[in-house]
Amino acid sequence: MLYINCPHCGMRSQNEFSYGGDASVKRPELNKEISDQEWDNFVYNRKSLRGKHLELWQHISGCRQWIKVERDTATHEIFRTFKADEEVA
Amino acid sequence: MTQAFRIENGGLINRDKKFSFKFNGKTYLGYEGDTLASALLANGVHLVGRSFKYHRPRGFFGAGVDEPYAVVQLYRNGETEPNIKATEQELFEGLEAKSVNCWPSVNFDIGAINNFLRIFLPAGFYYKTFMWPKSFWYRIYEPFIRKAAGLGVASTKHDKERYEHKYEYCDLLIAGSGPSGLAGAYAAAKNGAKVFLAEDKPRFGGSLLTSDVNIGNQSGKDWAEGIIAELKTMPNVVVKNRSQIFGYYDHNMLVMSEKVSDHLPSTKKYHPNKRLWYIRAKEVLISSGSIERPIVFGNNDTPGVMLSSAAKEYLKVYGVLVGRKPLVFTNNDSGYETAIEFKKHGVDPIILDTRKNPESEIIDEAKNLGINIKNSYVVVAAQGYKKVKSADIASISRDKKQLGKIENLKCDCICVSGFWTPTIHLASQSGNKTKFKEEIDAFVPGQSKQNEITLGAANGVFSLDETLKTSFKAASELSKKITKKDNEVVIPNVVEKKSSQHDKFWCVPLPKGKNYKRFLDFQNDVAVSDVEIALREGYRSIEHVKRYTTLGMATDQGKTSNLNGLQLVSDIENKVVPAVGHTTFRPPYTPVSIGAIVGREVGKHSKPTRKSPMHEWHEKNNAVFVDAGIWLRPRYYKKGNENLFEASKREAKNVRTNVGVCDVTTLGKIDVKGPDAAELLNRVYTNAWLKLPVGKARYGVMLREDGIVMDDGTTTRISENHYHMTTTTAQAANVLSHLEYYLQLVWPELNVNVVSTTEQWAGAAIAGPKSRDLLQKLFPNSDVSNEGLPFMGFMEGYLFGVKARIFRISFSGELAYEVNVESDYGNFMWEKIMEVGEEFNIQPYGTEALSTLRIEMGHVAGSELDGRTIPFDNALEGLVSKKKDFIGKRSLQRSAFTAQDRQRIVGVVPLDKQTSIPEGSHLVKDDKAPLPNPKLGHISASCWSVEYDNPFSLAILKDGKKMIGQKLFAMSPLKNKVIPVEIVSSHYVDPKGERVRS
Repeated sequence: MLYINCPHCGMRSQNEFSYGGDASVKRPELNKEISDQEWDNFVYNRKSLRGKHLELWQHISGCRQWIKVERDTATHEIFRTFKADEEVA
Repeated sequence: MTQAFRIENGGLINRDKKFSFKFNGKTYLGYEGDTLASALLANGVHLVGRSFKYHRPRGFFGAGVDEPYAVVQLYRNGETEPNIKATEQELFEGLEAKSVNCWPSVNFDIGAINNFLRIFLPAGFYYKTFMWPKSFWYRIYEPFIRKAAGLGVASTKHDKERYEHKYEYCDLLIAGSGPSGLAGAYAAAKNGAKVFLAEDKPRFGGSLLTSDVNIGNQSGKDWAEGIIAELKTMPNVVVKNRSQIFGYYDHNMLVMSEKVSDHLPSTKKYHPNKRLWYIRAKEVLISSGSIERPIVFGNNDTPGVMLSSAAKEYLKVYGVLVGRKPLVFTNNDSGYETAIEFKKHGVDPIILDTRKNPESEIIDEAKNLGINIKNSYVVVAAQGYKKVKSADIASISRDKKQLGKIENLKCDCICVSGFWTPTIHLASQSGNKTKFKEEIDAFVPGQSKQNEITLGAANGVFSLDETLKTSFKAASELSKKITKKDNEVVIPNVVEKKSSQHDKFWCVPLPKGKNYKRFLDFQNDVAVSDVEIALREGYRSIEHVKRYTTLGMATDQGKTSNLNGLQLVSDIENKVVPAVGHTTFRPPYTPVSIGAIVGREVGKHSKPTRKSPMHEWHEKNNAVFVDAGIWLRPRYYKKGNENLFEASKREAKNVRTNVGVCDVTTLGKIDVKGPDAAELLNRVYTNAWLKLPVGKARYGVMLREDGIVMDDGTTTRISENHYHMTTTTAQAANVLSHLEYYLQLVWPELNVNVVSTTEQWAGAAIAGPKSRDLLQKLFPNSDVSNEGLPFMGFMEGYLFGVKARIFRISFSGELAYEVNVESDYGNFMWEKIMEVGEEFNIQPYGTEALSTLRIEMGHVAGSELDGRTIPFDNALEGLVSKKKDFIGKRSLQRSAFTAQDRQRIVGVVPLDKQTSIPEGSHLVKDDKAPLPNPKLGHISASCWSVEYDNPFSLAILKDGKKMIGQKLFAMSPLKNKVIPVEIVSSHYVDPKGERVRS
């Protein structure tokens, strides 16, 4: 079970969180004309990469904040965590 | 029966407390502190089971967790448990156990014929033979194999025992209480670290309980006891025995199974049977010790052949002689220690040492005691069927390939030592890349991946002095980093006898003309010849050899067999062992009870049960409940002998003619507040929200980004910046997360807060033509007329002094209202509604009537919003705004979603107006068409229309709009039904929606 550093609450076990997918996906702006391909990329197409991955988690049984977690999908190592509005450098 | 093999004094058992127990129906005596294994051996019982494949007689091989044979079926307090190791099961008064894998009995086992057929049962036999014909597998082969094999039977009864889960956080977790574990725990504890020490056996001390050493001028055992006693007094230390750490998971989380009650005749009141600990440790010190390795020789599975360390443990811990004429077969000094113990208790052992001229203090001691030692000698084969009677022995040449003349030596047990294998399972599970240590012919942990360090014998260090020094030092440093304290501990002096180098010898060659089975894996009956076949047939990877031969795949996970298997592969392949590599170590290290893994989460404890504030009233009024998500809701209120069908019909009918009341507390409720609340709703729902006036409710549909309907419900504008959103019962939690996602990540600029208020409000739906009359009586000071409170209107009022929210919304399709009060007043509200409603013939109605009412109105619910439908499919396209953008809108342009023949909701009526259509039935054009019969749609919900008094269903049907008026068939192969039906409008009752506005 992962041990995740919630930027709001501190170190908490994975069972307090729920997974939210790739954090690098940007929702297209509202009212903007976009191609089918762009929309498909947003809704469906994910890289499923091996290695460092920036992903979303929600601290659902804690502060309910969505956070960003930089994690290695192969080793499960967690490098950094960010608040939802924090820029990932 | 007497305990003929118990020595008069000695051992750590409590001789003042005798226990009687039964094995295979026979009664024996043992002592408190015995294991089932030691007690049986004390009584001279060596035959405990039959082997898995050949059904050969099997005895005891080890004395603990490494035991491959002595797996028994245990009977305790009216329950039974399979897969129990007799070497781990502590004795208690009245214990009952039986052998497994034998029929009709362990002494006469019909399956043993496999032993004589074994030439036909080589590696891969099952794979090769039982493949053809295919249909035979399920009908003939599998049932046969299942009957012949098996390690006991699981109970089919409900488990009465209780199992607990516990979470623990510590600075230093120490796995194993041998010398390195004790030293580590002590040093870290002295530095103030939070220490957790786990020992799988009942007694602490590990090898110190059986070794002849001196630490700080006391025996190893006494030193261990002193340390444990002191640790137990320290507030920063948790010490647990009977606790096996079986898995090392991500981020330094280890899982441990604590046997709380297995050593007692029955579980104490309020105690669990087992406790599963999830331990998150900052640092882990693995001091899991080592397991003795067997040497492979002919018939080495005969009862009476066992590890020399086990023989020593039975003697020193339990006071039991495993034989009176022991033969010790060794390639290192450990065998001598066992022989010396025998000798001290008046038994004359003979040592066969594969080495030519070994010299050490231990060997000198054996010589001085006058023990018969034969150097450069091996056991070629054990003789005897159900028990060792003698051994064929021979001298062996220097290159270990030629055997001398075979002699037969009478003996009643053969104690084998092929040196030691460090227990690296936990380190390997943590991701540590292990390395092969040439000097000890075994793998040891390499570079740590997580915060773990392996010390002592588990790290291939067999000197006690070195073990203590490194362990004290390592734990001091690790704890110092955490606590910033540096309290030095004095490392005690150690007196131990020096050992000489072991012999890299692990397998005795076959003598000419003999074909003895030489077993590698004792539990799965994998012999040298099986591995040879696998390699001959082209299996190269050790992982493939393992699976083809089942080497190391039994419940003991190859604790005694892995390395010898690797040696064999490397010999045949002419590779070195590290090049062959070892198979992956996976948790659990030992079998774990399913009950312990499940914990308390069984039955009603598997999830919380939520009840509305009116629950007691429902109970008192004969409600029959149904699970709705985690809520309990009244399904119907039983009157007299009514069944579900009759009761729900009565309740629904009463709503259509008089007035009914339904508990709708379970609906999800979310408060949406802030200056941008309207904007949020406008983006979340498919319809327009910016112009909804205060005091008005609106029905909304929300989509996922992929265009599929996520949820629906009404949202009411309570005040300028305050909205009250309702969701379906099932989706309440998901919708809240969904809103939080968009507010926190996608549109953080929106100034809105959302919070769940589901539990804050109790809700009652009052529905039926007389509902307004009732409402007026409940709220005499409010104007609830059609003008004062029009359809989709909202107002606040006082219900006998209690502030209430009144919404004019309807799910039933009748003139209807929903009244909300704060939860604590829920019951008060309900009782008042029932009391005042009496004159209007009010009746409560449950979810079954609620469904009937919504189905015949064509209102959609969870069975239509099933995660596969878009708004059009549910005839909700009128609510999809063309002007504004919203979540999921772009997906609605997908070609599949705009197809002309897109599926759509319809009504379905059976032609005979009698036969109810099972939900899930498929709609087809031709009931006689060959399979697969093309499916046009499916029945999503069915009811008995109280309006028309005939069955009515909703369906999602391809090109549904055009199908109205057509005749199809509803087929349910599950219920074996074919029903001719007519497709009608989904709005079966009041299609213009006049009643809700009346």
